[in-house]
Amino acid sequence: MSAIVSIKDLSKTYQSGFRALKNVDLDIADGEILALLGPNGAGKTTLISIICGIVSPSAGTVAVNGFDNVSDYRKTRALIGLVPQELTLGQFDTVWNTVRFSRGLFGKKSNDAYLEQLLKDLSLFDKKDNELRALSGGMKRRVLIAKALSHEPKILFLDEPTAGVDVELRKDMWNIVRRLRDSGVTIILTTHYIEEAEEIADRIGIISNGELLLVEDKQALMHNLGKKQLIVELKESAPGLPQSLAKYDLELSDDGEQLTYTYDTMSDSTGITDMLQAIQSAGLLLKDMQIKQSSLEDIFVDLVRVDKEPVDQKSVDKKQADLAEAKS
Amino acid sequence: MNFQAIKVIFLQEMLRAWETLFQSLASPVISTCLYFIVFGSAIGSRIQSIDGVSYGLFIVPGLTMLSLLTQSIANASFGIFFPKFTGTIYEIHSAPISYLEIIIGYVGAAATKSLIIGCIILLTASFFVDLNIAHPVWMVTFLILTCISFSLFGFIIGLWANDFEKLQVIPLLVITPLVFLGGSFYSVSMLPPFWQTVTLFNPVVYLISGFRWSFFEVSDVSVGVSLTMILGFLVICIAIVGWMFKTGYRVKQ
Ligand SMILES: Nc1ncnc2c1ncn2[C@@H]1O[C@H](COP(=O)(O)OP(=O)(O)OP(=O)(O)O)[C@@H](O)[C@H]1O
Ligand SMILES: [Mg+2]
Repeated sequence: MSAIVSIKDLSKTYQSGFRALKNVDLDIADGEILALLGPNGAGKTTLISIICGIVSPSAGTVAVNGFDNVSDYRKTRALIGLVPQELTLGQFDTVWNTVRFSRGLFGKKSNDAYLEQLLKDLSLFDKKDNELRALSGGMKRRVLIAKALSHEPKILFLDEPTAGVDVELRKDMWNIVRRLRDSGVTIILTTHYIEEAEEIADRIGIISNGELLLVEDKQALMHNLGKKQLIVELKESAPGLPQSLAKYDLELSDDGEQLTYTYDTMSDSTGITDMLQAIQSAGLLLKDMQIKQSSLEDIFVDLVRVDKEPVDQKSVDKKQADLAEAKS
Repeated sequence: MNFQAIKVIFLQEMLRAWETLFQSLASPVISTCLYFIVFGSAIGSRIQSIDGVSYGLFIVPGLTMLSLLTQSIANASFGIFFPKFTGTIYEIHSAPISYLEIIIGYVGAAATKSLIIGCIILLTASFFVDLNIAHPVWMVTFLILTCISFSLFGFIIGLWANDFEKLQVIPLLVITPLVFLGGSFYSVSMLPPFWQTVTLFNPVVYLISGFRWSFFEVSDVSVGVSLTMILGFLVICIAIVGWMFKTGYRVKQ
Protein backbone atom coordinates (compact mmCIF):
# COMPACT_ATOMS: atom_id res chain seq x y z
CA MET A 1 0.00 0.00 0.00
CA SER A 2 1.40 3.38 -0.97
CA ALA A 3 0.64 6.43 1.13
CA ILE A 4 -1.38 9.15 -0.61
CA VAL A 5 -1.19 11.41 2.44
CA SER A 6 1.87 11.36 4.63
CA ILE A 7 1.89 13.39 7.83
CA LYS A 8 5.14 13.84 9.72
CA ASP A 9 5.52 15.18 13.23
CA LEU A 10 2.62 17.58 12.85
CA SER A 11 1.89 20.01 15.68
CA LYS A 12 -0.48 22.91 16.01
CA THR A 13 -0.56 25.56 18.68
CA TYR A 14 -3.36 28.07 18.20
CA GLN A 15 -2.80 31.77 18.79
CA SER A 16 -4.51 31.37 22.14
CA GLY A 17 -1.59 29.15 23.11
CA PHE A 18 -3.71 26.00 23.03
CA ARG A 19 -1.91 22.92 21.73
CA ALA A 20 -4.48 21.25 19.53
CA LEU A 21 -2.15 18.71 17.90
CA LYS A 22 0.96 17.11 19.33
CA ASN A 23 3.51 15.47 17.05
CA VAL A 24 1.11 13.54 14.89
CA ASP A 25 2.51 10.99 12.44
CA LEU A 26 0.12 9.35 10.04
CA ASP A 27 0.22 7.68 6.64
CA ILE A 28 -3.04 7.36 4.78
CA ALA A 29 -3.06 4.62 2.18
CA ASP A 30 -4.24 5.19 -1.36
CA GLY A 31 -7.81 4.02 -1.73
CA GLU A 32 -8.61 3.25 1.88
CA ILE A 33 -11.38 4.48 4.13
CA LEU A 34 -9.87 5.82 7.32
CA ALA A 35 -12.06 6.76 10.25
CA LEU A 36 -10.73 9.20 12.83
CA LEU A 37 -12.43 8.68 16.15
CA GLY A 38 -12.15 11.02 19.05
CA PRO A 39 -14.13 12.94 21.64
CA ASN A 40 -15.03 16.65 21.29
CA GLY A 41 -11.99 18.86 21.08
CA ALA A 42 -9.63 15.99 20.31
CA GLY A 43 -8.15 17.76 17.29
CA LYS A 44 -9.83 15.95 14.41
CA THR A 45 -11.02 19.08 12.62
CA THR A 46 -7.67 20.75 13.22
CA LEU A 47 -5.84 17.84 11.62
CA ILE A 48 -8.11 17.84 8.58
CA SER A 49 -7.95 21.62 8.27
CA ILE A 50 -4.16 21.53 8.15
CA ILE A 51 -4.11 18.87 5.45
CA CYS A 52 -6.58 20.88 3.37
CA GLY A 53 -4.69 24.15 3.81
CA ILE A 54 -7.26 25.99 5.93
CA VAL A 55 -5.09 26.12 9.04
CA SER A 56 -1.32 26.59 9.03
CA PRO A 57 0.70 24.02 10.97
CA SER A 58 3.03 25.15 13.74
CA ALA A 59 5.49 22.36 13.01
CA GLY A 60 5.74 19.30 10.84
CA THR A 61 4.86 18.52 7.24
CA VAL A 62 2.06 17.08 5.18
CA ALA A 63 2.72 15.46 1.82
CA VAL A 64 -0.15 14.68 -0.52
CA ASN A 65 0.63 12.40 -3.42
CA GLY A 66 4.31 13.13 -2.76
CA PHE A 67 3.94 16.93 -2.84
CA ASP A 68 4.33 19.22 0.13
CA ASN A 69 0.99 20.81 0.95
CA VAL A 70 2.52 24.23 1.60
CA SER A 71 5.09 24.69 -1.14
CA ASP A 72 3.15 22.70 -3.75
CA TYR A 73 -0.32 23.68 -2.58
CA ARG A 74 -1.79 23.86 -6.04
CA LYS A 75 -1.02 20.24 -6.76
CA THR A 76 -2.11 18.97 -3.37
CA ARG A 77 -5.31 20.97 -2.98
CA ALA A 78 -6.53 20.09 -6.46
CA LEU A 79 -6.66 16.45 -5.33
CA ILE A 80 -8.67 17.09 -2.19
CA GLY A 81 -12.37 17.59 -1.54
CA LEU A 82 -13.60 18.64 1.88
CA VAL A 83 -16.99 18.38 3.51
CA PRO A 84 -16.70 20.61 6.58
CA GLN A 85 -18.22 19.83 9.94
CA GLU A 86 -20.33 22.98 10.13
CA LEU A 87 -23.08 23.68 7.62
CA THR A 88 -21.20 26.62 6.14
CA LEU A 89 -23.00 27.72 3.02
CA GLY A 90 -23.90 31.03 1.43
CA GLN A 91 -27.44 32.22 1.81
CA PHE A 92 -28.67 33.51 -1.48
CA ASP A 93 -26.82 31.36 -3.99
CA THR A 94 -28.72 28.59 -5.67
CA VAL A 95 -27.63 24.98 -5.35
CA TRP A 96 -26.59 24.89 -8.97
CA ASN A 97 -24.55 28.10 -8.79
CA THR A 98 -22.72 27.12 -5.66
CA VAL A 99 -21.72 23.75 -7.07
CA ARG A 100 -20.48 25.35 -10.27
CA PHE A 101 -18.59 27.89 -8.20
CA SER A 102 -16.79 25.14 -6.30
CA ARG A 103 -15.78 23.38 -9.47
CA GLY A 104 -14.37 26.57 -10.95
CA LEU A 105 -12.56 27.46 -7.75
CA PHE A 106 -10.60 24.24 -8.10
CA GLY A 107 -9.60 25.21 -11.60
CA LYS A 108 -11.77 22.72 -13.45
CA LYS A 109 -13.50 23.62 -16.69
CA SER A 110 -17.25 23.61 -16.31
CA ASN A 111 -18.84 20.25 -17.00
CA ASP A 112 -22.56 20.55 -16.54
CA ALA A 113 -23.24 16.92 -17.42
CA TYR A 114 -21.01 15.76 -14.58
CA LEU A 115 -22.54 18.18 -12.09
CA GLU A 116 -26.02 17.20 -13.17
CA GLN A 117 -25.27 13.54 -12.52
CA LEU A 118 -23.68 14.42 -9.19
CA LEU A 119 -26.77 16.29 -8.05
CA LYS A 120 -28.95 13.41 -9.18
CA ASP A 121 -26.84 10.93 -7.22
CA LEU A 122 -27.32 13.06 -4.14
CA SER A 123 -31.07 13.48 -4.75
CA LEU A 124 -30.53 17.21 -5.14
CA PHE A 125 -31.35 17.71 -8.76
CA ASP A 126 -34.94 18.79 -8.21
CA LYS A 127 -33.66 21.39 -5.77
CA LYS A 128 -31.03 22.79 -8.07
CA ASP A 129 -32.65 26.21 -8.44
CA ASN A 130 -33.49 26.61 -4.77
CA GLU A 131 -31.71 29.15 -2.65
CA LEU A 132 -29.41 27.60 -0.09
CA ARG A 133 -31.05 29.28 2.87
CA ALA A 134 -34.33 27.59 1.98
CA LEU A 135 -32.88 24.09 2.36
CA SER A 136 -33.19 21.79 5.34
CA GLY A 137 -30.11 20.81 7.33
CA GLY A 138 -29.85 17.42 5.67
CA MET A 139 -30.18 19.00 2.24
CA LYS A 140 -27.43 21.45 3.10
CA ARG A 141 -25.23 18.53 4.08
CA ARG A 142 -25.88 17.02 0.65
CA VAL A 143 -24.98 20.31 -1.02
CA LEU A 144 -21.70 20.40 0.89
CA ILE A 145 -20.94 16.90 -0.34
CA ALA A 146 -21.80 17.92 -3.88
CA LYS A 147 -19.48 20.92 -3.59
CA ALA A 148 -16.67 18.73 -2.29
CA LEU A 149 -17.12 16.28 -5.15
CA SER A 150 -17.68 18.92 -7.82
CA HIS A 151 -14.04 18.92 -8.92
CA GLU A 152 -13.66 15.14 -8.96
CA PRO A 153 -11.18 14.85 -6.08
CA LYS A 154 -8.93 11.86 -5.45
CA ILE A 155 -9.13 12.29 -1.71
CA LEU A 156 -12.29 13.13 0.20
CA PHE A 157 -12.45 14.41 3.75
CA LEU A 158 -15.76 14.09 5.56
CA ASP A 159 -15.73 15.90 8.88
CA GLU A 160 -18.53 14.37 10.89
CA PRO A 161 -20.72 13.71 7.90
CA THR A 162 -23.55 12.15 9.86
CA ALA A 163 -24.06 14.86 12.47
CA GLY A 164 -27.72 15.83 12.32
CA VAL A 165 -28.49 13.43 9.52
CA ASP A 166 -31.43 11.03 9.41
CA VAL A 167 -31.23 7.30 8.80
CA GLU A 168 -32.12 7.65 5.14
CA LEU A 169 -29.37 10.14 4.37
CA ARG A 170 -26.89 8.17 6.42
CA LYS A 171 -27.61 5.11 4.32
CA ASP A 172 -27.29 7.17 1.14
CA MET A 173 -24.05 8.62 2.40
CA TRP A 174 -22.48 5.27 3.09
CA ASN A 175 -23.55 4.07 -0.33
CA ILE A 176 -21.89 7.07 -1.88
CA VAL A 177 -18.76 6.55 0.21
CA ARG A 178 -18.51 2.91 -0.84
CA ARG A 179 -19.07 3.79 -4.47
CA LEU A 180 -16.37 6.45 -4.31
CA ARG A 181 -13.98 4.02 -2.66
CA ASP A 182 -14.67 1.51 -5.42
CA SER A 183 -13.77 4.17 -7.97
CA GLY A 184 -10.44 4.67 -6.23
CA VAL A 185 -11.12 7.68 -4.04
CA THR A 186 -9.40 7.75 -0.65
CA ILE A 187 -11.80 8.70 2.11
CA ILE A 188 -11.04 10.10 5.54
CA LEU A 189 -13.95 10.65 7.87
CA THR A 190 -14.24 11.75 11.45
CA THR A 191 -16.94 10.61 13.76
CA HIS A 192 -17.97 10.28 17.36
CA TYR A 193 -19.92 7.15 16.61
CA ILE A 194 -18.04 3.94 16.95
CA GLU A 195 -20.64 1.94 15.05
CA GLU A 196 -20.03 4.17 12.07
CA ALA A 197 -16.32 3.55 12.07
CA GLU A 198 -16.98 -0.13 12.61
CA GLU A 199 -19.41 -0.23 9.73
CA ILE A 200 -17.56 1.65 7.05
CA ALA A 201 -13.84 2.02 7.75
CA ASP A 202 -10.90 -0.10 6.70
CA ARG A 203 -8.66 1.46 9.29
CA ILE A 204 -9.36 3.37 12.44
CA GLY A 205 -7.34 6.10 14.06
CA ILE A 206 -8.07 7.26 17.58
CA ILE A 207 -7.31 10.84 18.56
CA SER A 208 -7.55 12.29 22.01
CA ASN A 209 -6.11 15.47 23.44
CA GLY A 210 -4.27 16.26 20.24
CA GLU A 211 -2.46 12.96 20.15
CA LEU A 212 -2.96 10.17 17.71
CA LEU A 213 -3.18 7.28 20.15
CA LEU A 214 -3.21 4.58 17.53
CA VAL A 215 -4.04 3.78 13.94
CA GLU A 216 -4.83 0.24 13.05
CA ASP A 217 -6.61 -2.02 10.73
CA LYS A 218 -10.15 -2.35 12.00
CA GLN A 219 -9.99 -6.13 12.34
CA ALA A 220 -6.56 -6.08 13.91
CA LEU A 221 -7.60 -3.39 16.32
CA MET A 222 -10.55 -5.36 17.55
CA HIS A 223 -8.45 -8.48 17.70
CA ASN A 224 -5.47 -6.96 19.47
CA LEU A 225 -7.17 -4.78 21.93
CA GLY A 226 -10.29 -6.81 22.27
CA LYS A 227 -10.42 -8.63 25.55
CA LYS A 228 -12.54 -11.69 25.91
CA GLN A 229 -14.51 -12.55 28.94
CA LEU A 230 -15.67 -15.97 29.93
CA ILE A 231 -18.70 -15.82 32.14
CA VAL A 232 -19.42 -18.87 34.21
CA GLU A 233 -22.79 -19.26 35.84
CA LEU A 234 -22.89 -21.34 38.95
CA LYS A 235 -25.61 -23.74 40.00
CA GLU A 236 -25.44 -22.59 43.58
CA SER A 237 -24.34 -19.24 44.80
CA ALA A 238 -20.84 -19.23 46.26
CA PRO A 239 -20.28 -17.31 49.50
CA GLY A 240 -16.89 -16.03 48.34
CA LEU A 241 -14.08 -16.73 45.94
CA PRO A 242 -12.34 -19.90 47.15
CA GLN A 243 -8.69 -19.49 48.07
CA SER A 244 -7.61 -22.02 45.42
CA LEU A 245 -8.95 -19.76 42.70
CA ALA A 246 -7.22 -16.60 43.87
CA LYS A 247 -4.39 -16.93 41.34
CA TYR A 248 -6.81 -16.55 38.41
CA ASP A 249 -8.15 -13.20 37.27
CA LEU A 250 -11.63 -14.08 38.42
CA GLU A 251 -14.41 -11.91 39.66
CA LEU A 252 -17.42 -13.09 41.59
CA SER A 253 -20.71 -11.28 41.10
CA ASP A 254 -22.47 -9.72 44.08
CA ASP A 255 -25.08 -12.46 44.27
CA GLY A 256 -22.32 -15.04 44.07
CA GLU A 257 -23.87 -16.81 41.08
CA GLN A 258 -21.53 -15.64 38.36
CA LEU A 259 -17.79 -15.85 37.83
CA THR A 260 -16.17 -13.63 35.21
CA TYR A 261 -12.81 -14.60 33.77
CA THR A 262 -11.06 -11.93 31.67
CA TYR A 263 -8.29 -13.03 29.32
CA ASP A 264 -6.20 -11.70 26.52
CA THR A 265 -6.91 -13.29 23.16
CA MET A 266 -3.36 -12.67 21.99
CA SER A 267 -1.51 -14.51 24.70
CA ASP A 268 -0.23 -18.03 23.94
CA SER A 269 -2.29 -19.80 26.50
CA THR A 270 -5.53 -18.48 27.80
CA GLY A 271 -5.47 -20.67 30.89
CA ILE A 272 -9.09 -21.58 30.47
CA THR A 273 -8.63 -25.31 30.88
CA ASP A 274 -6.71 -24.99 34.14
CA MET A 275 -9.09 -22.45 35.49
CA LEU A 276 -12.16 -24.54 34.74
CA GLN A 277 -10.57 -27.53 36.42
CA ALA A 278 -9.73 -25.42 39.44
CA ILE A 279 -13.33 -24.28 39.67
CA GLN A 280 -14.50 -27.85 39.65
CA SER A 281 -12.02 -29.01 42.24
CA ALA A 282 -13.07 -26.12 44.43
CA GLY A 283 -16.44 -27.80 44.52
CA LEU A 284 -18.40 -25.24 42.51
CA LEU A 285 -20.93 -26.59 40.03
CA LEU A 286 -21.26 -25.07 36.56
CA LYS A 287 -24.65 -24.22 35.19
CA ASP A 288 -23.79 -22.35 31.99
CA MET A 289 -20.96 -20.59 30.20
CA GLN A 290 -20.85 -17.66 27.84
CA ILE A 291 -18.10 -15.72 26.04
CA LYS A 292 -18.18 -11.95 25.51
CA GLN A 293 -15.86 -10.00 23.25
CA SER A 294 -15.34 -6.30 23.85
CA SER A 295 -16.69 -4.09 21.09
CA LEU A 296 -14.83 -1.28 19.42
CA GLU A 297 -16.74 1.02 21.69
CA ASP A 298 -15.27 -0.56 24.81
CA ILE A 299 -11.81 -0.33 23.30
CA PHE A 300 -12.33 3.30 22.43
CA VAL A 301 -13.74 4.27 25.78
CA ASP A 302 -10.89 2.51 27.53
CA LEU A 303 -8.22 4.21 25.46
CA VAL A 304 -9.65 7.67 25.64
CA ARG A 305 -10.50 7.50 29.31
CA VAL A 306 -7.04 6.31 30.31
CA ASP A 307 -5.55 9.03 28.17
CA LYS A 308 -7.79 11.73 29.53
CA GLU A 309 -7.97 10.98 33.21
CA PRO A 310 -5.06 8.84 34.25
CA VAL A 311 -5.50 9.79 37.89
CA ASP A 312 -9.16 8.95 37.98
CA GLN A 313 -8.56 5.63 36.35
CA LYS A 314 -6.10 4.69 39.05
CA SER A 315 -8.56 5.54 41.75
CA VAL A 316 -11.21 3.45 40.01
CA ASP A 317 -8.81 0.51 39.90
CA LYS A 318 -8.05 0.98 43.55
CA LYS A 319 -11.72 1.07 44.46
CA GLN A 320 -12.29 -2.18 42.63
CA ALA A 321 -9.34 -3.76 44.38
CA ASP A 322 -10.67 -2.61 47.74
CA LEU A 323 -14.06 -4.00 46.95
CA ALA A 324 -12.62 -7.35 45.93
CA GLU A 325 -10.64 -7.46 49.15
CA ALA A 326 -13.67 -6.68 51.25
CA LYS A 327 -15.60 -9.48 49.59
CA SER A 328 -13.06 -12.24 50.10
CA MET B 1 -2.70 30.92 -13.05
CA ASN B 2 -6.03 29.43 -12.03
CA PHE B 3 -8.16 31.49 -14.42
CA GLN B 4 -11.25 29.43 -13.74
CA ALA B 5 -11.09 30.40 -10.08
CA ILE B 6 -10.66 34.10 -10.84
CA LYS B 7 -13.59 33.88 -13.22
CA VAL B 8 -15.98 32.21 -10.77
CA ILE B 9 -15.06 34.55 -7.91
CA PHE B 10 -15.50 37.56 -10.15
CA LEU B 11 -18.81 36.34 -11.53
CA GLN B 12 -20.13 35.39 -8.12
CA GLU B 13 -19.39 38.86 -6.81
CA MET B 14 -20.97 40.50 -9.83
CA LEU B 15 -23.98 38.24 -9.48
CA ARG B 16 -24.43 39.40 -5.92
CA ALA B 17 -24.73 42.98 -7.14
CA TRP B 18 -27.00 41.90 -9.97
CA GLU B 19 -29.43 40.30 -7.55
CA THR B 20 -29.64 43.54 -5.60
CA LEU B 21 -29.47 45.57 -8.77
CA PHE B 22 -32.04 48.11 -7.78
CA GLN B 23 -30.35 48.80 -4.48
CA SER B 24 -26.88 48.85 -6.06
CA LEU B 25 -27.86 51.41 -8.66
CA ALA B 26 -30.70 53.35 -7.10
CA SER B 27 -28.76 54.55 -4.09
CA PRO B 28 -25.90 56.27 -5.96
CA VAL B 29 -28.31 57.71 -8.53
CA ILE B 30 -30.70 59.03 -5.92
CA SER B 31 -27.98 60.54 -3.75
CA THR B 32 -26.39 62.21 -6.77
CA CYS B 33 -29.72 63.73 -7.75
CA LEU B 34 -30.21 64.98 -4.19
CA TYR B 35 -26.77 66.57 -4.11
CA PHE B 36 -27.45 68.27 -7.41
CA ILE B 37 -30.81 69.55 -6.35
CA VAL B 38 -29.49 70.88 -3.04
CA PHE B 39 -25.97 72.01 -3.87
CA GLY B 40 -26.07 72.40 -7.61
CA SER B 41 -29.37 74.20 -8.04
CA ALA B 42 -30.60 75.56 -4.72
CA ILE B 43 -27.34 76.70 -3.17
CA GLY B 44 -25.17 76.69 -6.28
CA SER B 45 -27.26 79.31 -8.02
CA ARG B 46 -26.21 81.76 -5.32
CA ILE B 47 -22.54 80.84 -5.43
CA GLN B 48 -20.30 82.51 -7.95
CA SER B 49 -18.36 80.34 -10.33
CA ILE B 50 -15.06 78.87 -9.10
CA ASP B 51 -12.04 79.30 -11.36
CA GLY B 52 -14.43 80.07 -14.16
CA VAL B 53 -16.45 76.90 -13.66
CA SER B 54 -20.07 77.18 -12.52
CA TYR B 55 -20.66 75.68 -9.07
CA GLY B 56 -23.07 72.99 -10.31
CA LEU B 57 -20.44 71.80 -12.74
CA PHE B 58 -17.60 72.23 -10.27
CA ILE B 59 -18.99 69.66 -7.82
CA VAL B 60 -19.44 66.87 -10.42
CA PRO B 61 -15.95 65.33 -10.08
CA GLY B 62 -16.04 65.59 -6.28
CA LEU B 63 -19.47 63.99 -6.10
CA THR B 64 -18.39 61.17 -8.36
CA MET B 65 -15.32 60.56 -6.23
CA LEU B 66 -17.40 60.63 -3.05
CA SER B 67 -19.60 57.79 -4.30
CA LEU B 68 -16.73 55.95 -5.93
CA LEU B 69 -14.68 55.86 -2.74
CA THR B 70 -17.50 54.80 -0.47
CA GLN B 71 -18.81 52.24 -2.95
CA SER B 72 -15.38 50.73 -3.63
CA ILE B 73 -14.66 50.34 0.04
CA ALA B 74 -18.11 49.04 0.91
CA ASN B 75 -18.21 46.53 -1.94
CA ALA B 76 -14.75 45.14 -1.48
CA SER B 77 -14.78 45.00 2.30
CA PHE B 78 -18.15 43.29 2.40
CA GLY B 79 -17.18 40.92 -0.42
CA ILE B 80 -14.38 39.33 1.60
CA PHE B 81 -15.80 39.90 5.07
CA PHE B 82 -19.02 38.02 4.37
CA PRO B 83 -17.43 34.63 3.56
CA LYS B 84 -15.25 35.10 6.62
CA PHE B 85 -18.32 35.80 8.70
CA THR B 86 -20.38 32.87 7.42
CA GLY B 87 -17.41 30.52 7.32
CA THR B 88 -17.63 29.81 3.60
CA ILE B 89 -14.09 31.16 3.29
CA TYR B 90 -12.94 27.62 4.09
CA GLU B 91 -13.52 26.79 0.46
CA ILE B 92 -11.29 29.59 -0.78
CA HIS B 93 -8.53 28.48 1.59
CA SER B 94 -8.79 24.86 0.57
CA ALA B 95 -8.79 25.60 -3.17
CA PRO B 96 -5.69 25.59 -5.36
CA ILE B 97 -5.59 29.35 -5.76
CA SER B 98 -2.90 31.88 -4.98
CA TYR B 99 -3.44 35.04 -2.98
CA LEU B 100 -2.97 37.07 -6.12
CA GLU B 101 -5.83 35.21 -7.77
CA ILE B 102 -8.07 35.75 -4.76
CA ILE B 103 -7.30 39.47 -4.86
CA ILE B 104 -7.85 39.77 -8.59
CA GLY B 105 -11.21 38.05 -8.26
CA TYR B 106 -12.57 40.03 -5.31
CA VAL B 107 -10.93 43.40 -5.89
CA GLY B 108 -11.50 43.17 -9.63
CA ALA B 109 -15.21 42.63 -9.10
CA ALA B 110 -15.50 45.44 -6.55
CA ALA B 111 -13.57 47.84 -8.78
CA THR B 112 -15.69 46.93 -11.78
CA LYS B 113 -18.86 47.58 -9.83
CA SER B 114 -17.70 50.99 -8.67
CA LEU B 115 -16.54 51.84 -12.17
CA ILE B 116 -20.04 51.12 -13.42
CA ILE B 117 -21.48 53.23 -10.62
CA GLY B 118 -19.06 56.06 -11.46
CA CYS B 119 -20.26 56.04 -15.05
CA ILE B 120 -23.89 56.04 -13.95
CA ILE B 121 -23.27 59.03 -11.68
CA LEU B 122 -21.61 60.95 -14.48
CA LEU B 123 -24.52 60.07 -16.71
CA THR B 124 -26.99 61.26 -14.08
CA ALA B 125 -24.98 64.46 -13.65
CA SER B 126 -25.09 65.14 -17.38
CA PHE B 127 -28.85 65.56 -17.06
CA PHE B 128 -28.30 68.45 -14.68
CA VAL B 129 -25.30 70.18 -16.16
CA ASP B 130 -23.57 70.42 -19.48
CA LEU B 131 -20.57 68.11 -19.04
CA ASN B 132 -17.51 68.73 -21.19
CA ILE B 133 -14.56 66.54 -20.40
CA ALA B 134 -11.26 68.16 -21.34
CA HIS B 135 -9.07 65.05 -21.00
CA PRO B 136 -11.22 61.91 -21.33
CA VAL B 137 -8.25 59.52 -21.24
CA TRP B 138 -6.97 61.02 -18.00
CA MET B 139 -10.46 61.06 -16.61
CA VAL B 140 -10.80 57.33 -17.24
CA THR B 141 -7.31 56.72 -15.87
CA PHE B 142 -8.14 58.50 -12.61
CA LEU B 143 -11.45 56.72 -12.43
CA ILE B 144 -9.92 53.28 -12.85
CA LEU B 145 -6.97 53.93 -10.53
CA THR B 146 -9.31 55.17 -7.83
CA CYS B 147 -11.65 52.21 -8.19
CA ILE B 148 -8.79 49.73 -7.96
CA SER B 149 -6.86 51.32 -5.13
CA PHE B 150 -9.89 51.96 -2.94
CA SER B 151 -11.33 48.55 -3.64
CA LEU B 152 -8.00 47.14 -2.52
CA PHE B 153 -8.20 49.33 0.57
CA GLY B 154 -11.70 48.04 1.24
CA PHE B 155 -10.46 44.49 0.78
CA ILE B 156 -7.85 45.12 3.47
CA ILE B 157 -10.53 46.42 5.81
CA GLY B 158 -12.67 43.36 5.12
CA LEU B 159 -9.74 41.05 5.85
CA TRP B 160 -8.82 42.94 9.00
CA ALA B 161 -12.31 43.30 10.44
CA ASN B 162 -13.47 40.48 12.65
CA ASP B 163 -16.86 41.94 13.45
CA PHE B 164 -19.41 44.20 11.78
CA GLU B 165 -18.43 47.18 13.88
CA LYS B 166 -14.84 47.15 12.67
CA LEU B 167 -16.14 46.80 9.15
CA GLN B 168 -18.04 50.06 9.47
CA VAL B 169 -15.71 52.07 11.64
CA ILE B 170 -13.02 53.04 9.11
CA PRO B 171 -15.37 54.10 6.30
CA LEU B 172 -17.44 56.05 8.80
CA LEU B 173 -14.76 57.69 10.92
CA VAL B 174 -11.97 58.10 8.41
CA ILE B 175 -13.15 58.02 4.84
CA THR B 176 -16.31 60.11 5.05
CA PRO B 177 -14.60 63.08 6.80
CA LEU B 178 -11.62 62.90 4.47
CA VAL B 179 -13.84 63.00 1.43
CA PHE B 180 -16.05 65.79 2.70
CA LEU B 181 -13.00 67.83 3.68
CA GLY B 182 -11.18 66.85 0.52
CA GLY B 183 -12.60 69.58 -1.64
CA SER B 184 -15.61 67.78 -3.08
CA PHE B 185 -17.74 70.87 -2.67
CA TYR B 186 -15.18 73.67 -2.66
CA SER B 187 -11.80 74.66 -3.98
CA VAL B 188 -8.95 74.40 -1.50
CA SER B 189 -7.99 77.97 -2.36
CA MET B 190 -11.27 79.11 -0.76
CA LEU B 191 -9.98 78.05 2.69
CA PRO B 192 -7.98 80.24 5.09
CA PRO B 193 -4.20 79.73 4.63
CA PHE B 194 -3.79 77.60 7.77
CA TRP B 195 -6.47 75.14 6.67
CA GLN B 196 -5.05 75.07 3.18
CA THR B 197 -1.85 73.63 4.66
CA VAL B 198 -3.75 71.13 6.81
CA THR B 199 -5.74 70.03 3.82
CA LEU B 200 -2.58 69.04 1.99
CA PHE B 201 -2.25 66.12 4.42
CA ASN B 202 -5.56 64.75 3.18
CA PRO B 203 -4.85 62.29 0.38
CA VAL B 204 -8.35 62.63 -1.01
CA VAL B 205 -7.58 66.24 -1.96
CA TYR B 206 -5.08 65.02 -4.52
CA LEU B 207 -7.52 62.51 -5.90
CA ILE B 208 -10.33 64.97 -6.38
CA SER B 209 -8.01 67.67 -7.64
CA GLY B 210 -6.54 65.43 -10.33
CA PHE B 211 -9.92 64.11 -11.32
CA ARG B 212 -11.33 67.62 -11.55
CA TRP B 213 -8.42 68.72 -13.67
CA SER B 214 -9.26 66.04 -16.24
CA PHE B 215 -12.67 67.72 -16.60
CA PHE B 216 -11.99 71.43 -16.42
CA GLU B 217 -8.20 71.83 -16.45
CA VAL B 218 -8.42 73.55 -13.06
CA SER B 219 -6.82 71.96 -10.04
CA ASP B 220 -5.69 72.65 -6.49
CA VAL B 221 -2.44 70.79 -6.87
CA SER B 222 -0.55 69.77 -9.97
CA VAL B 223 -1.70 66.70 -11.89
CA GLY B 224 1.67 65.02 -11.55
CA VAL B 225 1.43 65.21 -7.78
CA SER B 226 -2.13 63.87 -7.89
CA LEU B 227 -1.09 60.91 -9.97
CA THR B 228 1.91 60.21 -7.79
CA MET B 229 -0.23 60.28 -4.69
CA ILE B 230 -2.79 57.86 -5.97
CA LEU B 231 -0.14 55.50 -7.32
CA GLY B 232 1.61 55.73 -3.97
CA PHE B 233 -1.60 54.84 -2.18
CA LEU B 234 -2.06 51.86 -4.49
CA VAL B 235 1.46 50.64 -3.79
CA ILE B 236 0.94 50.95 -0.03
CA CYS B 237 -2.29 48.96 -0.25
CA ILE B 238 -0.59 46.27 -2.32
CA ALA B 239 2.22 46.10 0.23
CA ILE B 240 -0.19 45.77 3.15
CA VAL B 241 -2.33 43.11 1.54
CA GLY B 242 0.81 41.24 0.48
CA TRP B 243 2.10 41.33 4.02
CA MET B 244 -1.23 40.16 5.43
CA PHE B 245 -1.37 37.18 3.14
CA LYS B 246 2.27 36.34 3.61
CA THR B 247 2.16 36.32 7.38
CA GLY B 248 -1.40 35.05 7.56
CA TYR B 249 -2.32 38.03 9.74
CA ARG B 250 -6.11 37.88 10.25
CA VAL B 251 -6.23 35.58 7.23
CA LYS B 252 -5.48 32.10 8.53
CA GLN B 253 -5.23 30.47 11.91
N1 LIG C 1 -9.24 28.89 16.27
C1 LIG C 1 -8.96 28.29 17.42
N2 LIG C 1 -8.33 28.96 18.40
C2 LIG C 1 -8.04 28.36 19.57
N3 LIG C 1 -8.33 27.09 19.87
C3 LIG C 1 -8.95 26.36 18.93
C4 LIG C 1 -9.30 26.92 17.66
N4 LIG C 1 -9.91 25.97 16.94
C5 LIG C 1 -9.95 24.88 17.71
N5 LIG C 1 -9.37 25.10 18.91
C6 LIG C 1 -9.22 24.15 20.01
O1 LIG C 1 -8.47 23.04 19.55
C7 LIG C 1 -9.00 21.84 20.06
C8 LIG C 1 -9.28 20.88 18.94
O2 LIG C 1 -10.35 21.36 18.19
P1 LIG C 1 -10.95 20.58 16.96
O3 LIG C 1 -12.01 21.40 16.36
O4 LIG C 1 -9.84 20.15 16.09
O5 LIG C 1 -11.58 19.31 17.70
P2 LIG C 1 -12.46 18.14 17.09
O6 LIG C 1 -11.75 16.88 17.39
O7 LIG C 1 -12.79 18.41 15.69
O8 LIG C 1 -13.75 18.26 18.01
P3 LIG C 1 -15.28 17.99 17.64
O9 LIG C 1 -15.47 16.53 17.74
O10 LIG C 1 -16.00 18.71 18.72
O11 LIG C 1 -15.53 18.54 16.29
C9 LIG C 1 -10.22 22.22 20.88
O12 LIG C 1 -9.87 22.21 22.24
C10 LIG C 1 -10.55 23.61 20.44
O13 LIG C 1 -11.07 24.35 21.50
MG1 LIG D 1 -14.44 18.76 14.67
